[in-house]
Amino acid sequence: MRVLLVDDEVELVSALAERLSLRGIEADWASTCDDALTKVESKSFDIAVLDVKMPKISGLELKRRLQAKCPLMKFIFVTGHGSEDNFREALRDAGPAYYLVKPLHIETLIHKMNEALKE
Amino acid sequence: MSWKGDIIGETGLQFYGKTAASLSHEIKNALAIMNEKAGLLEDFAAMSEGGAPIDPGRLKSLAGKIVEQIRRADGIVGTMNRVAHSVDESVKDVDLREIVEFVATLSRRLASMRGVTLEPRRGDSPVTITTNPFFLQNLISLCLDFAMRAPCGGKSIGLVAEDMENGARVRFTGIEGLAEVPAGTFPGEREKILLEALGAQLTVDTEAAELVLTLPRDID
Repeated sequence: MRVLLVDDEVELVSALAERLSLRGIEADWASTCDDALTKVESKSFDIAVLDVKMPKISGLELKRRLQAKCPLMKFIFVTGHGSEDNFREALRDAGPAYYLVKPLHIETLIHKMNEALKE
Repeated sequence: MSWKGDIIGETGLQFYGKTAASLSHEIKNALAIMNEKAGLLEDFAAMSEGGAPIDPGRLKSLAGKIVEQIRRADGIVGTMNRVAHSVDESVKDVDLREIVEFVATLSRRLASMRGVTLEPRRGDSPVTITTNPFFLQNLISLCLDFAMRAPCGGKSIGLVAEDMENGARVRFTGIEGLAEVPAGTFPGEREKILLEALGAQLTVDTEAAELVLTLPRDID
């Protein structure tokens, strides 16, 4: 499994990538939309874990742009929203996607990624 | 309750709700970072139990990052507390520079989401007025909202609090695209109600690309 993590909080996304790597999962990270789009040009990823709210571009819009380049990529959204209902409403038009609320439980994230890849 | 009272109350609640949501979102991010750093510490401990060597420098660095985020979250809680207490007194002496800096702090994340940098410029002398702090914060926030949404909005918005002969003013500078905003759009109903409550005036200067909020020395 090759994972691309995207979040504007560098300390968060780099630590999460390291933790996934320690578990044998190939993980790379980006803190901006441009960086994420550049990464997928040179490397292929099975799944992207995207923060919903980032500077200048939403996770939803980033998903659209990544999907245009990588049609088979799966997606998981992560949010700091207070409630799941509010989050689900915000992502109503996201299409097939999973979501998790911060702070993450890493085993739950891995489980969701495996589920997403089975689809 | 009069119709006008409803508008000002609703506007205040919207400001309070938006501020609380933004600050709580930031706290979530700080907690999420602490969660991952603590998780790495757990992972290294587990590896050590399996015989892998531990790098003390790495542990120290992780602990330091956690402390950083604790300080960040504590700062955010302090900000939330300050917002909460801004309704304690309906009329109070304030330093307009501090109010402007505070609202810029509250709006920074939203500005960042829109690719805009807020630059409060602090003069050397206090700019003291007697006003309703919560209404004023609310109005400055609405002005910033408008400035950030202006078409072809500038990447950097300056905020300047200045003393004047009979009062004070806040200039919101660097708002490109003001000329493209349809006349009469801003200030809208909410802003007008707050302007009336504060005894203030708002002018849109399309040539200078700035908004000017003029306030009386004493609201009473």
